[in-house]
Amino acid sequence: MKRALMSGNEAVALGAWRAGVRVAAAYPGTPSTEILEELAAYPEVYCEWSPNEKVALEVGIGSCLGGARSLVAMKHVGLNVAADPWMTLPYIGVNAGLVLAIADDPGMHSSQNEQDSRYYARMSKVPMLEPADSQECLEMVGMAMDISERYDTPVMLRLETRISHSRTVVEYREDRIRVDHPYEKDALKRVMIPGHARMRHPLVISRLEELEKEAETFALSSLEMRSSRVGIITSGVCYQYAREVFPEASILKLGLVYPLPEKTIREFASHFHRVYVVEELEPFLEDGIKALGIDVVGKTRIPRDGELDPTLVARSLAELIEMDTGVKHGGWTPPVPHAAIPDESELPGRPPVMCPGCPHRGLFYALNRNKAVVSSDIGCYTLSVLPPLAGIDCQVCMGASVGMALGMERAFDSSEANADKAGKVVCVLGDSTFIHGGITGLIDMVYNNTISTIVILDNRTTAMTGFQDHPGTGRTLMGEDTSALDLAELCRAVGVQSVRVVDPWELEEMEAVIREEMEAPRTSVIISRRPCVLRERRAGVVYRVREEECTGCRRCLRLGCPALVMRGEKAVVQEDLCVGCSMCAQVCRPGALEEVAEGG
Amino acid sequence: MADVLLAGVGGQGNVLSARVLAEAALSMGYDVKTSEVHGMAQRGGSVVCMVRWGEKVHSPLVEVAKADFLLAFELLEGLRFLHFLGGEGTAIVNDYRLDPLPVLRGDAVYPEGALGFIRAYAARTLEMDARELAVRAGNARAAGSCLLGALSRFLDFPEGVWEESIRGAVPSRAVEVNLKAFALGRAGTAGPS
Repeated sequence: MKRALMSGNEAVALGAWRAGVRVAAAYPGTPSTEILEELAAYPEVYCEWSPNEKVALEVGIGSCLGGARSLVAMKHVGLNVAADPWMTLPYIGVNAGLVLAIADDPGMHSSQNEQDSRYYARMSKVPMLEPADSQECLEMVGMAMDISERYDTPVMLRLETRISHSRTVVEYREDRIRVDHPYEKDALKRVMIPGHARMRHPLVISRLEELEKEAETFALSSLEMRSSRVGIITSGVCYQYAREVFPEASILKLGLVYPLPEKTIREFASHFHRVYVVEELEPFLEDGIKALGIDVVGKTRIPRDGELDPTLVARSLAELIEMDTGVKHGGWTPPVPHAAIPDESELPGRPPVMCPGCPHRGLFYALNRNKAVVSSDIGCYTLSVLPPLAGIDCQVCMGASVGMALGMERAFDSSEANADKAGKVVCVLGDSTFIHGGITGLIDMVYNNTISTIVILDNRTTAMTGFQDHPGTGRTLMGEDTSALDLAELCRAVGVQSVRVVDPWELEEMEAVIREEMEAPRTSVIISRRPCVLRERRAGVVYRVREEECTGCRRCLRLGCPALVMRGEKAVVQEDLCVGCSMCAQVCRPGALEEVAEGG
Repeated sequence: MADVLLAGVGGQGNVLSARVLAEAALSMGYDVKTSEVHGMAQRGGSVVCMVRWGEKVHSPLVEVAKADFLLAFELLEGLRFLHFLGGEGTAIVNDYRLDPLPVLRGDAVYPEGALGFIRAYAARTLEMDARELAVRAGNARAAGSCLLGALSRFLDFPEGVWEESIRGAVPSRAVEVNLKAFALGRAGTAGPS
């Protein structure tokens, strides 16, 4: 047996390889990204970045029907994109196993909403497994594959940020099973015309009833009897928090969270005066248990929003448990506030910022100067919403910026109150994001004679999640060279009349192009192209302020570059942050910023 | 059982330092759990990593007021997570200030005397100019290894364990610099403070 420290995502990848997965697909999304990155390093597995989650799932459906065990990974909001094929897949079933690893993000560390994927399990009538540490991540992938094939259903493996990105000890063997299921045509089962689908739905329902029996005996659910007075039902990382702060409590830990094991829950609950449910986000277990007629305490005490932690779990329940049962829990004492520490809320925040030299910075500076109304997508550039750039009006989800821009333009066109905004709408989205969900919106814009300007922030990578390749980069996840999608040609092909490529480090030229295209009565695309500075910085050059020339006008600070600070009345460049992009020198009126050799 | 917090700014290398520490604890035969914030944090935001080890560890998260050590890669970030440190806890502080954007903008004030607050609260405070030491070792980005070197004085891990885990976790071209930075931190060469 080998022993290693692994993140949950690494363990899912290893588990998938051990379970004989031959095809895996994903679109990168925190906290799920590393699953495919890790899996791509194993031999004998085809791994791909798909343009979006819907396509990733469709690839997985095809490969599992074709006889290869398959894994599809995405973050919670990705399942909204993939929901259309996902809802029909349970009707079709699988041939070889298909597991969807779905990563929720309680606390919204890097997401636009908090969404509890367990409801998707219920909505699609698909079983859901939930690991409580990396060891369980590893093992549950194999168990999920097994369940998938035995019940002819896709299976969800639900992770959370704190499972995906925690490292815990994993013991494992480097063995791999080989499965290859023969393919046989079965149109009645796999072609979901209404007549076929009507026959399939009752089977999906009866399968769910069968799965309830599986839930009663699931090997990674555990019944831990300790105190006879305090009973807790929990799952996932919340199990660890409950163990930590209530070491004497009896715990029913569910490894298979949908469908619920009714008999096991009834049996467990019968031992206690009151049962507590510890779960993150929605009262999913709680509602299910209450529906069995068992009274439990959960969300009336434990917050429904945000991420839990041991302190929060203890604070929510310790007092009640003591009152209810007389059991005082030695594991936890309330922290004593200390007068010597300033309150956290009084400290200046440290929001994430666009990097020094980030090519997006120049674009937003230029948009601001043209008083654009900016409809934005999701990516690093969304950070320009913060002052001083404050350059974004709205943002919802990947791909939405294009359609939203069209809608806004139509509203302004027909408005007296907002007449000054007409012709001012600009949509921004990244290269990867454009391919993910922007192309169809662009076709709509052209088709419906829209005059808005679309800016593709082409930094040649998927930067926000850590530099993943995409169809525009010319390289696959597995490191092979491939043809690179030509964004300009694509835009021309769907009918965009004006497609222009600019360098966002060249402020004057960029601004001129933006002004022209905003004024032009046609759909236009500006491709703002420069590679992400974290990958390709300008070598050997930094900028420095000539103190005698600096008038202290603070104009350079409007760029919001972290490398530029005021020291007294003068601007100063922090040279170890500067990447030599020159944008500050371009906006400085007195010409106080000069280029110097790095370290010189 | 030990709980360690590593607090800093995205890009300073605290995720990597947490990895080195966790691998060292694993080599010592302990159960180990770590937790880190990913994603947007790499864009110069506030980053905190937690490392816990012992006979059996449950939660990957450290509880408030329970940490044994706080490694502050930057003063304000040290202050931000100071309440996680327990009453008997030790703060190992890089005497380095990196202004967040709201401060650069003039919308907020960098707390004066951050180090003073830390000194007043922690049972023991070890201050060092880790950046300066790292520059001496060959690269400012190795400051995390200086802090780990300082931490190593309080732990009974043999030196070879540290070296092995630095070699295992750090990219090969940076190993020598980090070993040197670790040694400087361990030697207790206090920078100007």
